[in-house]
Amino acid sequence: MDVLHRAPAFTFDAFGNGSSSDQPPRSLSLAWPLLMAVLLATMFFGLTDNGFAQAAVAPKRTIIEVLWRWAPLLLWGFCFNLVISAGAMAVGTGVGLFLGLAQMSRTRPVRVMANVITEIFRNSPWLVLLFACVLLLPFQIRIFGLVIPFPDWAKAIVGFSLPIMANVGEVVRGAVLSIPTGQWESAESLGYTRTQAYLHVILPQCIKRMLPPWMNLYSLVTMSTVNASVVGVSEMITLTAQANAAEGSRPELLAPFYAFDLVCFFLYCYPIGKWTEYLERKYQVKI
Amino acid sequence: MADLQNISATSQAPPIVSLRDVRKSFGQVKVLDGVSFDVARGEVVCIIGPSGAGKSTLIRCINALIPIDSGSILVDGIEVHAPKLDLLALRRKVGIVFQQYNLFPHRTALQNIMMAPITVLKQNKEEVAARARMLLKKVRLEGKEDFYPAELSGGQQQRVAIARSLAMKPEVMLFDEVTAALDPETKKEVLLTVRDLSREGMTCILVTHEMAFAREVANQIYFTDRGIIVEHGPPSTFFTQAKDPRTREFLSQIL
Amino acid sequence: MQPVYDWFRHLYDTTGIDLIFIYDNFDRARTIKGFFITLELSVITIILSLIIGVVGAWLQRSHFVWLRRVIAAFISAFRNTPPLVQLYFFYFGLGFFLPRVHDASGQLVPMFSNLQWAIISLSLFAGAFNIEIFRSGLEAVPSSMVEAAEGLGYSRFQIYRQITLPLAFRVCLPSLGNNLVNLVKTTNLAYAIAVPELLYVSQQIWSDETNVREMMAFVLCAYLFLVFLLVALLNWIERVIRVPGVGHMEAY
Repeated sequence: MDVLHRAPAFTFDAFGNGSSSDQPPRSLSLAWPLLMAVLLATMFFGLTDNGFAQAAVAPKRTIIEVLWRWAPLLLWGFCFNLVISAGAMAVGTGVGLFLGLAQMSRTRPVRVMANVITEIFRNSPWLVLLFACVLLLPFQIRIFGLVIPFPDWAKAIVGFSLPIMANVGEVVRGAVLSIPTGQWESAESLGYTRTQAYLHVILPQCIKRMLPPWMNLYSLVTMSTVNASVVGVSEMITLTAQANAAEGSRPELLAPFYAFDLVCFFLYCYPIGKWTEYLERKYQVKI
Repeated sequence: MADLQNISATSQAPPIVSLRDVRKSFGQVKVLDGVSFDVARGEVVCIIGPSGAGKSTLIRCINALIPIDSGSILVDGIEVHAPKLDLLALRRKVGIVFQQYNLFPHRTALQNIMMAPITVLKQNKEEVAARARMLLKKVRLEGKEDFYPAELSGGQQQRVAIARSLAMKPEVMLFDEVTAALDPETKKEVLLTVRDLSREGMTCILVTHEMAFAREVANQIYFTDRGIIVEHGPPSTFFTQAKDPRTREFLSQIL
Repeated sequence: MQPVYDWFRHLYDTTGIDLIFIYDNFDRARTIKGFFITLELSVITIILSLIIGVVGAWLQRSHFVWLRRVIAAFISAFRNTPPLVQLYFFYFGLGFFLPRVHDASGQLVPMFSNLQWAIISLSLFAGAFNIEIFRSGLEAVPSSMVEAAEGLGYSRFQIYRQITLPLAFRVCLPSLGNNLVNLVKTTNLAYAIAVPELLYVSQQIWSDETNVREMMAFVLCAYLFLVFLLVALLNWIERVIRVPGVGHMEAY
């Protein structure tokens, strides 16, 4: 991996049509009925005495009742997932913007540093970074004599913002590189300094191009927040396991519970994907 | 042949643009191989030649978009090839219009013209706006102030680009094949604008393929081939009494 | 090899950097085993997801509307839900409902082991993305080319095999490569269902030996190394099959 001359991961042609590996599906909305069907099917299985399961036969209402009873708690957990992903996106986008611009700096050490950081965090598995943050960051921070606790979910936010900043950096870099060189030339010819050209000419044109892959990234991060349950952060999946335990750890309840979680995420992320598609079509910038 | 001097018969004043032995290579390819000429104030110079002869590079070297390897370029006393070049001072004196217009697509026509004087020259917004409107009127685009580039035709965009460069009040205007991307009807509008500019006394250096236009407005025509100026002369003699066989061959292909 | 191990033991004694997974026989053995499980997981899921991708892309072009819709729903479902929850759903949820089988020693065990469920779940997950990627590759082949082939007398299957597929493959190779790299990085989710892959083994070691930093660094390096291998392989494939004028979409 030549850190000086990498092609950006997200690219845009001269008309601002973005392409990345994570293209949203151009499919019909049959998926959520399918998921509901899966959910119902798991409930149906719970009905039958299949002879292999240890659990007693459960009447259909009980499973519905269980879900009904625990849904508010699980949805509350889901909101917490959203908080984590929002926090990580905010931090990661802010830092990632500078990281992306640093990759195009004219100062060689800055450029190489930025490239190395991006490569490391883009190629590391997200779960490993999570572990590293949760285990290695201190549990409280001392600043100016103040002791601020650093809870697990905050460390998870840091852990998620690391790969986000690397990916946002790539999005920014791809967008800036897609601006035709003629724009740079005319800005320069009018006397703009490099910074002025960035602020007034290049970056305003980039924002539209960066939006679809950025939203794609948001969708990805929201789905990844469940990984925080593996490192012990209390969020929706942790609560699901606890809810199942509270119901007596009946194994046939797990499928409906997890199916419920899947449906929640689907109902949140699918519209985002559709909206991203719409924005991609709308922002095909004609020069 | 590589060291031709142009001393305009009418001008006693020092030339406003002066190139001496300019050389530029991209890797192994010698794009400019010792180019020298002078342009007097108020003169209109057309540079013609086959593709790849270095014309666009030459234009871009004059306003320091492309650095040269060796030689000297003097623009109204500013040495372009100097290590401590004041870029802003140079770019105030030299305006450039490109083949691809390069208008900023996220701003209206009026804003395109106003942007640089406000941001770069820090001039007063009302004054700049008034001047911008006057410039749009001058290029015959009154009424198109609030149109975005995508809503304008190619010729209209090119004229906005000319107005945008004029907003910086340059002393020299460079034109890099500004009509090459236009169809014949819109070409005419742009050429008329350039002709009006030249009649007002603006020093213009044009790279162009429009021979009829060159014949009409130019004071001097320079023919470049493979990085050097092969021949030059006023239009009255250049097209009919070309001396060098390369010039004659080129002219026979295009006329 | 013993001097090497002794050197690392010495390193620990002098500097406190505890790379116990090198010098201790037991830890080394399980680390190597973990690495191979990760490798096995990666390779099998890559192959299966590629098959799902090719078959799915083919089926998506079928004439039956409902078949197309089912495939679209499958893609949509797997792309908009977290892979970890998919894994849990398969292993804990569905795994419970499948019948038990007799293993070699005659005991009743679940039909699929946790490793097998991980493979199934991750292959379906990556396969959904692959179907999209292959589909866009197939769409990038101009229909005029297919028309020309038909005019020359090729059958539909021949066209698919000899003209459409080779061109489509070159176009979608960068996106495909990106997806496969993501797949390798996602295999460590199998940790959550106690598959003894690299992350799981490392976690066991660092909870035994409390050398979190060293193990973390090792795991990161190991994954970066795996990714690097895969990228090198993909670059080599791209070079070998390169034809001027086809593809060159930058995605990685």
